[in-house]
Amino acid sequence: MAEETFHPKIVAFVCNWCTYAGADLAGTSRIKYDPDIRVIKLPCSGRIDPLFLLQAFERGADGVLVSGCHPGDCHYTSGNYYAQRRWIVFRELLQFLGIEEERVQFSWVSAAEGGKWAEVVNDVVGKVRELGPFTRYKEIVR
Amino acid sequence: MAEWESQEHALREKARELLSEGKAGVVIGYGAGTAPDRAVPAFVRRAEDVDRLVWGPECHHNLAVYLTRKEVRGLGRPAIVAMGCTARAVLVQIQEGQLARDDVVVIGMTCEGMGDPVFHKCRRCDVRTPREYDVLIGSELGPAEGDVEDPERERLEQASPEERWGYWTDALGRCIRCYACRAACPLCYCERCIVEKNQPQWISTSPEPKGNLSWNITRAMHLAGRCVECEACERACPVDIPLMLLNREISRAVVEHFDYRPGYDRDAKPVLVDFAPADKAEFIR
Repeated sequence: MAEETFHPKIVAFVCNWCTYAGADLAGTSRIKYDPDIRVIKLPCSGRIDPLFLLQAFERGADGVLVSGCHPGDCHYTSGNYYAQRRWIVFRELLQFLGIEEERVQFSWVSAAEGGKWAEVVNDVVGKVRELGPFTRYKEIVR
Repeated sequence: MAEWESQEHALREKARELLSEGKAGVVIGYGAGTAPDRAVPAFVRRAEDVDRLVWGPECHHNLAVYLTRKEVRGLGRPAIVAMGCTARAVLVQIQEGQLARDDVVVIGMTCEGMGDPVFHKCRRCDVRTPREYDVLIGSELGPAEGDVEDPERERLEQASPEERWGYWTDALGRCIRCYACRAACPLCYCERCIVEKNQPQWISTSPEPKGNLSWNITRAMHLAGRCVECEACERACPVDIPLMLLNREISRAVVEHFDYRPGYDRDAKPVLVDFAPADKAEFIR
């Protein structure tokens, strides 16, 4: 029997104005992408607290994707710039703790980039699939 | 050492002057502890009590922690005994709007290093003369010329993710959630900490691996771009978690990406509540 493909649980935290609309466009354009992603919509990438990511891992996520408007395009002018500084630091902290960088990924996807959204999701899912389940984290939080 | 004694003498004189002239309602300093190598915080409110103040290598607590406390604010205008790291914490509190510069008298103490033997962090200290003070006690000192290496952090940075994870789950597994780190930190001043919020509860409060991990990551992250590296948290920790390794790793990232050091400039905007249009993160595609 063929080995079953691992379907990672990926949580995507996306902003309402760009990436969510981009994902919508991917849908209305009938672009097919990996279904192993769960999208959580927030007003702005600046609203995404690092705690959300920890919470996702605590609840069994194997990977996380954070996505918002391109710099300069934020609906609230600058939320994504603040987010960017936060992620620059937080990402290095997570790596220092031993969480692989592929498990926490970031992108800017605009409302016009349905195709890019599909690419990003497929890529994230693929990389996390390669890494396998996040058992290290699951073991300590069970 | 003669320098400690002469500083102690000058400190008492200054405290007497501030209290008797009504320039301060309370002098927050150090008093004798239960053993010669221990000091306790002292709150001196009357000029005749200034001889309770002591100064020596056992005076390593960061007294800025008291400036934001309500019960201390009720005592009148504080004068704080501050070596370089304490003064940095005061500056961050001012930067963050917790304190107005005129609300506090900073009695700056030049400091050749606390602890016996001298703490490692003091051997690479660049604020031996505080960066902010109303009065300076002691002769000015340049940066310490000690070891700037951080071998443990560098070793971990080189290690594999598995090793790092093992190291931290071991270390954080010891956490008993006493929050001594939070209590000792002059910049953990939130009246209601995220860990005490339970609707929804973001961080489990039991001393078990899940909550320990989230708590310690969150504590470190909330100090990102703010930590002045006084190491009060690490010395307060009863189970010897190397908390400063996390803080120093973040400080390294903040310096590397934003060339920013908290508590150096009271007019600077805190780095994580600011941005520059030129900010760039290669990892965001």
